[in-house]
Amino acid sequence: MKIIINITIFFYMLSTTGYIAYLFMQKDLLQRMAFYVLLAGFLSHSAIIFYDFLQSGSFPIHNLSETLSIAGWAIASVFLILQYKFNLKILGIYAAPLITLVMVIASQLPKEPVEVGNLFDSFWLIFHIITIFIGEGSFALACGVGLLYLVQEHAIKSKRHGFFFRRLPSLDLLDNTGYVCIITGFTMLTLGLISGFVYAKSVWGRFWSWDPKEVWSGITWLLYAAILHQRLTTGWRGRRAAIMAIVGFAVILFTFFGVNFLLEGHHGSFTKI
Amino acid sequence: MLDIILLGLNHKTAPIELRECIAFSKEETDAALKTFKKAPAINEVVLLSTCNRVEILMATQDKSDAVNTAKTFLSELKTLPVADFEKALYIHEGDEAVRHIFRVASSLDSMIVGEPQILGQMKEAYHAATTNKTSGVLLNRLLHRTFFVAKRIRSETGIGDHAVSISYAAIELGRKIFGTLEGKKVLLIGAGEMAELSVEHLIRNKVQDIFVANRTFERGVELAKQFKGKAVRFEEIVECLRHVDIIISSTGFSGFVVNRDQVKGVMRSRRNRPLFFIDIAVPRDIDPQINRLNNAYIYDIDDLKGVIDDNIQNRQQEAIKGERIVDEAVIHFRKWYENMEVVPTIVALRNKIDNIAKAEIKKTLQSLNHLTLDDDQAINKLVNSMINKILHDPSLLLKGDGFHEDKSVYIDITRKLFKLDE
Repeated sequence: MKIIINITIFFYMLSTTGYIAYLFMQKDLLQRMAFYVLLAGFLSHSAIIFYDFLQSGSFPIHNLSETLSIAGWAIASVFLILQYKFNLKILGIYAAPLITLVMVIASQLPKEPVEVGNLFDSFWLIFHIITIFIGEGSFALACGVGLLYLVQEHAIKSKRHGFFFRRLPSLDLLDNTGYVCIITGFTMLTLGLISGFVYAKSVWGRFWSWDPKEVWSGITWLLYAAILHQRLTTGWRGRRAAIMAIVGFAVILFTFFGVNFLLEGHHGSFTKI
Repeated sequence: MLDIILLGLNHKTAPIELRECIAFSKEETDAALKTFKKAPAINEVVLLSTCNRVEILMATQDKSDAVNTAKTFLSELKTLPVADFEKALYIHEGDEAVRHIFRVASSLDSMIVGEPQILGQMKEAYHAATTNKTSGVLLNRLLHRTFFVAKRIRSETGIGDHAVSISYAAIELGRKIFGTLEGKKVLLIGAGEMAELSVEHLIRNKVQDIFVANRTFERGVELAKQFKGKAVRFEEIVECLRHVDIIISSTGFSGFVVNRDQVKGVMRSRRNRPLFFIDIAVPRDIDPQINRLNNAYIYDIDDLKGVIDDNIQNRQQEAIKGERIVDEAVIHFRKWYENMEVVPTIVALRNKIDNIAKAEIKKTLQSLNHLTLDDDQAINKLVNSMINKILHDPSLLLKGDGFHEDKSVYIDITRKLFKLDE
């Protein structure tokens, strides 16, 4: 098993190298190779998750290592789809290192086999996990696109057209991609929350139990709902939308890590080291 | 063996008045080529004439004779005493001529490095030479190499990247903001050569509507007609800002035509769609404070000039890579040229046949184990004498002097027939 994890990390690192080389040399071939290497990493990553699933008989999010691995996998899948759809080549410079980093951390954490009951067998739970992670993966990419937007906007506003100006795409493309990421993320998050409620009802007998993670997920949801609302009504776009995408992702990171480390709750065991 | 020699003048050596005098129109080029063809000193000739240069590329047996003939022809064709233009002329021979022609076609020698027209002009010049049958083996080969080198430099270096004129720089910026300019709406405030040129570029990039605002409405209507756009009154500019995307301003007024508060006011009803102001007026028309508003971008003439300067520097750096490719290509061409002599061709031919024979003998003898050493030698001898007999006549022909035509034709055919240039 270890060997497949290492191969996956190797693919991700190779892809990162490819994207960095592409950033400097601007050869399209490099970008395409990096993309396919990332795809290969994604496939072997999927194999790991599938294997873990068969091994334990439940969705592999029993500890922080597995949870991070799923998070990395979700970012990779969203990135691959996004890249395929928008051809936003340069985004790999953000996504590939991020996925690599997540995977490296996941592989370094202890991986204690956890005794699990029938808690993890529900369809609703698996649906909840997948939608939540895909949603968070989308938000992670929205943050990356937002960062690129700010860099490019700064270049245009300050009239200093340096290294990045030539390499980054148009503001319009970045803005639209970020918007699509947030819509996707928001849809997935909504579905994730709903399925979470349904699952909670079936296990604990109530939809909402004021668990800190639930509260913070609710806050995240409201934040993104506000971002989308502003965009649709007053046309919040450009710089402000980019900053909000970054802020939103920061809140998600807090919901993901902060809540577990600082506050208690029934989601705690998923991120136990 | 023919020598390559080039004689010419360009923007660096001759003032515009002289270049205008010497330049050839298309008809004049044809006539000149016919004249050159008659001269015994000049075997092959290609004539390139643009507004920045005149280049006469020749293949000749006698270099000084060819140069003098060319000068005389120039003087006669343009009714200009030789002394008037002699100082502006440069003459390159052999490798230097090859290098020069490579550099010209790749736009490394252009006034604006990397400008794309020169390659097309070069192709036209070559086309004229082929239709008038003034180019032969040597110049055909040279020109084909030239086109190849120019294309390679364009694709492998960035000498053609990034705008080096104000209007193109503005378009490039527009693309970085809007992605595509297709379907965008443009407002032209005022008039002026540079502004109108920019609008024309925008139209070529498929912008949707053009609005023209001019202080004198009649002039606005006139301009709008020219661009198939709509004229609006000067007072309507702010209203117009609600739905246009790109504003090009070039009025002669002092004071701002559009100020920050006006733009801030329309941003909401635009739902924050980006606005791109191109201010080419001096003094400026657009309040520079607008640049601080979200989703509004302003570039004034100095900003655009700054962009261009960066781009020019960038091209010059890329040109260094181009020079390296030229150096390589010159060496490559020299190799081919040197092989165009009789002796290397015969040697190469002999080697090629020898190698084939050796390989085949080896293959055959391997399967014939019963043969003695004497038998082997006999077979070798037989093959060798066959090669000698077969190559005897072709070698004699290539070495012989009784050519009616240029010897290089035969050498070229031989090299092609037996694929000796691989």
